[in-house]
Amino acid sequence: MAVLVVAAHDGKTVRSNVANAVTAASQMGPEVHVLVAGSNAGEAAKSAAAIQGVAKVLDAEDTAYANWLAEDVAPLVVKLAPNYSHIVMAADSVGKNIAPRVAALLDVAQVSEAIQVVSPDTFVRPIYAGNAMATVQTADKIKVVTVRPTNFKAAATGGSAPIEQIGGTGAGGLASYVGAELSKSERPELTSAKIVVSGGRGLASGENFKMLEALADKLGAGLGASRAAVDAGYVPNDYQVGQTGKVVAPDLYIAIGISGAIQHLAGMKDSKTIVAINKDEEAPIFQVADYGIVGDLFQIVPELTAAVEKK
Amino acid sequence: MKVLVAVKRVIDYNVKIRVKADNTGVETANVKMSMNPFDEIAVEEAIRMKEKGQATEIIAFSAGPAQCQETIRTALAMGADRGVLVQTDAELQPLAVAKLMKAVVDKEQPGLVIVGKQAIDDDSNQTGQMLAALLGWSQGTFANKLNVADGSAELKREVDGGLENIKIKLPAVITTDLRLNEPRYASLPNIMKAKKKPIEVLAPDTLGVDIAPRLKVLKVEEPPKRKSGIKVKTVAELVDKLKNEAGVI
Ligand SMILES: Cc1cc2nc3c(=O)[nH]c(=O)nc-3n(C[C@H](O)[C@H](O)[C@H](O)COP(=O)(O)OP(=O)(O)OC[C@H]3O[C@@H](n4cnc5c(N)ncnc54)[C@H](O)[C@@H]3O)c2cc1C
Ligand SMILES: Cc1cc2nc3c(=O)[nH]c(=O)nc-3n(C[C@H](O)[C@H](O)[C@H](O)COP(=O)(O)OP(=O)(O)OC[C@H]3O[C@@H](n4cnc5c(N)ncnc54)[C@H](O)[C@@H]3O)c2cc1C
Repeated sequence: MAVLVVAAHDGKTVRSNVANAVTAASQMGPEVHVLVAGSNAGEAAKSAAAIQGVAKVLDAEDTAYANWLAEDVAPLVVKLAPNYSHIVMAADSVGKNIAPRVAALLDVAQVSEAIQVVSPDTFVRPIYAGNAMATVQTADKIKVVTVRPTNFKAAATGGSAPIEQIGGTGAGGLASYVGAELSKSERPELTSAKIVVSGGRGLASGENFKMLEALADKLGAGLGASRAAVDAGYVPNDYQVGQTGKVVAPDLYIAIGISGAIQHLAGMKDSKTIVAINKDEEAPIFQVADYGIVGDLFQIVPELTAAVEKK
Repeated sequence: MKVLVAVKRVIDYNVKIRVKADNTGVETANVKMSMNPFDEIAVEEAIRMKEKGQATEIIAFSAGPAQCQETIRTALAMGADRGVLVQTDAELQPLAVAKLMKAVVDKEQPGLVIVGKQAIDDDSNQTGQMLAALLGWSQGTFANKLNVADGSAELKREVDGGLENIKIKLPAVITTDLRLNEPRYASLPNIMKAKKKPIEVLAPDTLGVDIAPRLKVLKVEEPPKRKSGIKVKTVAELVDKLKNEAGVI
């Protein structure tokens, strides 16, 4: 039986993490299909068809799907589910919202944030902020799984899967979309950036984050933050890295004025190389850092920005 | 309207987790337990609704062993009116918790249910969405701001790109995110008063809910450890290492 990946998209392209989800899905079953539900999502469906390893794309057109309301998208997935062994979504804010609703409607468990596919029914997932790894097995006939994108390589493009148009299931009228306040940025998206520059309470103000922006721009990096920096209003909520924010695993993570609480480490300790800049030499962040530098960030960061070459 | 809030008893977020030597789980004996932090936010939101005259009664729900009474007491001390404990020593997974909550919702008929977006032990982020599905209700997940009006609620949600605004029909399930509010501490007089507030104890059987786990935990292991690194003295040394040793810039 085939595996169905439910893709989030912006109407033009599917999110980059769909390619990671396809890789995970291909380890669960012999054939991978991708569902693109939307209103005028033809272009996004084409982008899904171009992912290698995808055998078929289902393009479900319905105005009800325009804004990804779980109440309306879940019934569509539930309708398709009997044809599939697995329903897979990336563990982002869309997948986390929709997948559990699908699972409950199917009366099956959900495996959250799988980081490894051991076999089609067995998965490894982090618990306790990544301080323990649980291997779980499910006996449910249809397996609903969210996967952590950073743990699966993105499938390449160059495929040309057929696109099948399927009908929608309509709007249930339980919820409606009003609008969004999205952070605008020219910088790479946090979860897929090769380099991430992240700031914490040590920055002391939102104004001071400009210093990190300058460093990030020079490195071509995405910008992240600790919960403390978000709570203090220095940066928007979508910057938060950690157990209850975003999980990142870039080639280089630079933690600036961040102490290294376990909740923060949960979101970045799989980074290839970690740099910590902190004035407190006892800060726990140094225990995970490959390169630490003890000192005042207000002096070190401008120096570092001047010393690196522009990408 | 009545508001039902979920309060889960979890290992305190400050505790350093230790995996059991036999790899069956994590060490929970003699470990400090607390209310899941997201549930403190849920309780606080319900109390604020009551203070604004939008909620008439707040019921704190928990499922798990007898000690969950302490967690419910904490909610009562914060300002909840009464508690419901579904007592069991069996392992509870999110689908089972959602079914237990549904049974209590059917009985109590609240107009709103508020749960945490995620419990910090199992990190599932499922229970609220599952409950909404089982009830056929709308779900306002990852709430950053909640405004309840007649028959509906307006909600700001924390999403990948920032914030999203939605309007949902009531009754509904809300799941809390970190910025929804700052939970209060219980005052000493309120802690005393809470001792007199009632807690109803139910059993999964009497609610007619099958709580058998669907996921089998085969093993629980320590995560791979990172090798400890080095401290560098100067920015020049750091840049050199990043270029020539790590090869990342
Ligand atoms: C339920 C729950 C969920 C959570 N989820 C998350 C999460 O997802 N992500 C997350 O990050 N946190 C999370 N937290 C919070 C976490 O526990 C910490 O409180 C938070 O990570 C601390 O942020 P910080 O390191 O920026 O601040 P602090 O711990 O205050 O550290 C600031 C650091 O900056 C250093 N510093 C100060 N000034 C300077 C200077 N001039 N130069 C150099 N260094 C300086 C200090 O030495 C210190 O180490 C969560 C907590 C709870 C309870
Ligand atoms: C290795 C391992 C060992 C385990 N050992 C045990 C064990 O010894 N004992 C045991 O009981 N469970 C055990 N569990 C089960 C685990 O705690 C359940 O999955 C959990 O009860 C479901 O919550 P969650 O954290 O997954 O839910 P989430 O969906 O992350 O929780 C979201 C919200 O739902 C509500 N909620 C969830 N559960 C409850 C609850 N029980 N009461 C009230 N509100 C709740 C809260 O508002 C919470 O904020 C174990 C799981 C694993 C993987």
